[in-house]
Amino acid sequence: MPLPIRDIDTDQIIPARFLKTIDKKGLGENLFNDWRYDETGSPRADFVLNHRKSENATILLAGDNFGCGSSREHAPWALMGFGFRAVISTSFADIFRNNCLKNGLLPIIIDEVGHAELLDASAQNEDLATEVNLLEQTVQLPSGRKAKFPIDEFSKKCLLAGVDQLGYLQQQSTSISEYETTHPRLVSTL
Amino acid sequence: MLDLLVSPMTTVTPKNLFEKIWDDHVVVQEKNCPTVLYIDLHLIHEVTSPQAFDGLRNRGLKVLRPNCTVATMDHSIPTTDRTLPIADPIAAKQLDQLRINCGEFGIPLFDIGNENLGIVHVIGPELGLTQPGVTLVCGDSHTSTHGAFGALAFGIGTTEVEHVLATQCLLQDKPKTYEVHFDGFVPRGVVAKDLILALIAKIGIGGGTGHVLEYTGEAIRSLSMEGRMTICNMSIEGGARAGMIGPDDTTFEYLATRAHVPQGKDWDQAVTRWQNLQSDEGAAYDQTLSLDVSQLEPMITYGTNPGMGIPISQPVPKPESAQGPVASGAIRKALEYMDLEGGKPLLGQPIDVVFIGSCTNSRMSDLRQAAAILKDRKVNPGVRVLVVPGSEKIKKQAEIENLPDIFRAAGAEWREAGCSMCIAMNGDQLSPGEYCVSTSNRNFEGRQGKGGRTFLASPLTAAASAVNGMVTDVRTMLD
Repeated sequence: MPLPIRDIDTDQIIPARFLKTIDKKGLGENLFNDWRYDETGSPRADFVLNHRKSENATILLAGDNFGCGSSREHAPWALMGFGFRAVISTSFADIFRNNCLKNGLLPIIIDEVGHAELLDASAQNEDLATEVNLLEQTVQLPSGRKAKFPIDEFSKKCLLAGVDQLGYLQQQSTSISEYETTHPRLVSTL
Repeated sequence: MLDLLVSPMTTVTPKNLFEKIWDDHVVVQEKNCPTVLYIDLHLIHEVTSPQAFDGLRNRGLKVLRPNCTVATMDHSIPTTDRTLPIADPIAAKQLDQLRINCGEFGIPLFDIGNENLGIVHVIGPELGLTQPGVTLVCGDSHTSTHGAFGALAFGIGTTEVEHVLATQCLLQDKPKTYEVHFDGFVPRGVVAKDLILALIAKIGIGGGTGHVLEYTGEAIRSLSMEGRMTICNMSIEGGARAGMIGPDDTTFEYLATRAHVPQGKDWDQAVTRWQNLQSDEGAAYDQTLSLDVSQLEPMITYGTNPGMGIPISQPVPKPESAQGPVASGAIRKALEYMDLEGGKPLLGQPIDVVFIGSCTNSRMSDLRQAAAILKDRKVNPGVRVLVVPGSEKIKKQAEIENLPDIFRAAGAEWREAGCSMCIAMNGDQLSPGEYCVSTSNRNFEGRQGKGGRTFLASPLTAAASAVNGMVTDVRTMLD
């Protein structure tokens, strides 16, 4: 689903008034809420998310610096709640990118040329489908080229194996104890 | 003496502030894995924690270090009478859930009625929990505020909150470093908020992505701790991971009277340790930038991200003649949302609301700045003005200094402490189309209320604009 706007901040992805939830689920309905619905709560016909062909979209194609602003993890939760499994852009804000990787929403950075190609193609064909290969770290472009995207080894392994990062941290418990023993506690709150 | 035995041929690579703290907190570094970084202090609030505690519960885990953790209520709480039940049932449930979670997991919580309650990034420094050389995280992007003390402080997501609760550690890829050197003397009427808005206007909201900023230079040294906190607070708005300032005597003087700092002999040892945190002579950074503050004016944002800022005397940019990091399409879209015309001055733009508060500018110096302008003046009858202190302590101190009387006499509202209209989660918000000069940190579409239009500025500019009912250059009001 193409959304050719740069600097989309997390307040647009999921406005603050929806952060009062104590759940992770149910946020898909409020994804891009204030762009998506008008004052009466009806879907705006001209917003791409409301087009029939977006119903089954799993890849979001967004402008540069996607996910800037607030650290709210509700942003990737809302995107995944709607059904997205990957976001393609030319860059992502740090905290947002991290949050995505923790949840299995794949943040894909491709070069500007490839990004423009995908935008052009999806403007002409709202049904555009493309293939993302995490193992090879490639995105299939309409021209036939495969655009490479970066991802750190660790996140890649965790995503491919469906492994939770907290598990890795828990495995370090001996090293953590050792660290605490050899370093003075710097802060005490109680 | 051990140091005499060090070979004169030994060279020690100079390190910067960030590197010193990072290196000191690495627990484990495995090949092709992120660093396991130890976290000294974990701050919690009601919005980004419930799912994290649920995660612990589901796995049957405890909080590893409750005594390195502290919770407060700030985002959803009302700034009106808090002895009354919370009107919003969803917010009430979220606050209750924080109480349940802190009780169950043994975490100290500053609840409504507690004298330590306040905005999370205000109370950490107030209590002396924020200290030089510590690693500090919170599920909130403005955690960068605490970097003003020479701490490595950054925002994390809820999943990472769960990680820290369970293991007191975080998985982190090492960021790059970026020195921002502010040179020269800060002109009259220009304050810390203007410095950081000027920087973000220059580098753009993605300018610092992947980097930790270190602010240096005589202009930074001349700032109070509160001014330094304002600057570090908005580091995230420049895309940076964190923003830091090396500790000095100003830092130590601030900390000396705080409750949770080391005492007696431990204090002296701590100060020695902290003095060594300053970036070494010759330390390298991945990027550097110098700014001359002596040429600065009060700043104000005109658009829908914090990088869309201009000196107060300048016109709103025209989309066609866009220069710098903001593209013409973005300006066009912003001006449409804000209903402003490119090429016209922002000075004189009528406003509906003024908000003085937020983790950026709700401390004593901010309130004093606003009071100095509002004293013996009245706010324009067409403008609603909210003044929201950052914490219970600040509220009390302001009362001792008779600031609330000044605010009320001028026609402004004096509220209870909380995030309030910065994020508009608690009922304090703009109506669609309303213009607000705000001392907060974000002017995104709908940030302060759906359809609301935010101009970010300093407390001086906000107060001056409140008096005139329009965007005002505060320098016209200074004697």
